[in-house]
Amino acid sequence: MIAAARCIVRRDLLLALRRPSDVGTALLFFVIVASLFPLGIGAEPNLLRAVAPGVIWVAALLSSMLSLSRLFAADHADGTLEQMLLGAAPLGVIVAAKVLAHWLVAGLPLVAIAPLIALQYDLAPALYGTLALSLLLGTPVLSLIGAIGAALTLGLRGGGVLLALLVLPLYVPVLIMGAGSVDMAAAGLSPQGQLQLLAALLVVAAAFAPWAIAAALRISTE
Amino acid sequence: MSTAIKWFWFASPQTFFPLAGTIARACWIGAALLAVAGLYVGFFVAPTDAQQGEAYRIIFIHVPAAWMSMFLYVVMACWAAIGLAFNTRLSSMMASAIAPTGALFTFVALWTGALWGRPTWGAYWVWDARLTSELILLFLYLGFMALQAAIDDPRRADRAGAVLAIVGVVNVPIIYYSVQWWNTLHQGASVSLTRAPSMASTMLTGMLLMALAFWLYGIAASLVRVRCIIRERE
Amino acid sequence: MNWGGWSEFWAMGGYGFYVWGSYAVTAVCLATEVFLLRRRTREAKA
Repeated sequence: MIAAARCIVRRDLLLALRRPSDVGTALLFFVIVASLFPLGIGAEPNLLRAVAPGVIWVAALLSSMLSLSRLFAADHADGTLEQMLLGAAPLGVIVAAKVLAHWLVAGLPLVAIAPLIALQYDLAPALYGTLALSLLLGTPVLSLIGAIGAALTLGLRGGGVLLALLVLPLYVPVLIMGAGSVDMAAAGLSPQGQLQLLAALLVVAAAFAPWAIAAALRISTE
Repeated sequence: MSTAIKWFWFASPQTFFPLAGTIARACWIGAALLAVAGLYVGFFVAPTDAQQGEAYRIIFIHVPAAWMSMFLYVVMACWAAIGLAFNTRLSSMMASAIAPTGALFTFVALWTGALWGRPTWGAYWVWDARLTSELILLFLYLGFMALQAAIDDPRRADRAGAVLAIVGVVNVPIIYYSVQWWNTLHQGASVSLTRAPSMASTMLTGMLLMALAFWLYGIAASLVRVRCIIRERE
Repeated sequence: MNWGGWSEFWAMGGYGFYVWGSYAVTAVCLATEVFLLRRRTREAKA
């Protein structure tokens, strides 16, 4: 079972590395969106410092969502998905591995780039740690929940936008807790509560999402 | 309640069809009567509010609609889950039938909430915790309807919608509490658009009557819609 | 009875726009739903 998981993760990472443009585009999107906000709301330093956590989080959320429709589509197109469904390894393990690979490629880099965006917004350096930690805990949840949407909308017309509509309301608690933790730290209070809630969301999502994703995949491919 | 045979007798769309019609007719009438009673109590028995004047009378629609929007989502998710678990067509049809009515009540709750907020809090939209949760609930309803509309195969639509509804219903408490917390963080003491605990009993009576009226209306509309779905599919 | 007359009733203490705006839109929504349901029933029967 672990061997199957490791195999899937390695395979997906290799596939992603062979098409670095896909990965790079999503990250570039993250940077561009974050750069758009000051152009829209003005470059007043106090204002930017105040909105930084929320803006960075929303940009991360949207960027992570962009690459979701590709999660199962490629495998579905060339028949690999059917093999996975028929194979011996439990489907829950397979999808968990795929989501892990997706997060490593689409979510983890956001954690690394976020401090640069925070620099653009003149966020206090003391808050970088909280920001990074909140993204580290939150982006896997986004990948897990998003994968449910990707599995449900597999092969549908209007897929990408429909995926967004389905998944964004479910993202709200993660967004609130993630951005909220940095806001709390900025106000001088402890972000522990929000970070612990994020961790709890991660545990719950990791436990239950694979079931939902597997069920959705079976429904979508029958 | 009933024997196993009777239970599955009505699980068939064909046999449920006439029963649905009868129940729906009774519910339309019941809803109308309760609405008349509720509005009478609301406008002619309940006194004027000391702080909000006559503007508070919106409560007789806003709160019942909000209750119904949340209640119907849970009911919809239950029907969808039963349809997924037992592979019964009618259960899934009920879920699909309830969704538009639930979405409608959510919209009404949002609209009346906005019109209540303007004279009371000064703005049409104040990002109150309950209104924001209602907005997200509307998105959940619309997402469910959009997903089912995008899938041509009825069985796949039923089952995909069911997964989405179950994921949604599990998330609703999480969303509600996180929005509650978010509201206190950004607005200081939480001020809700619902009344303070001490409400004149006549106001409560009016609200309950209207809530029952909306409930029966919801049942009637859903049953009529499920009859349409049965006709369309079978 | 709360009201001194019909004009007071419609005015709703100055909040008539908000109160009746709410009730009117609700009534329109419910009526629209019923209308759409009846139309769907007619088309399904055909």
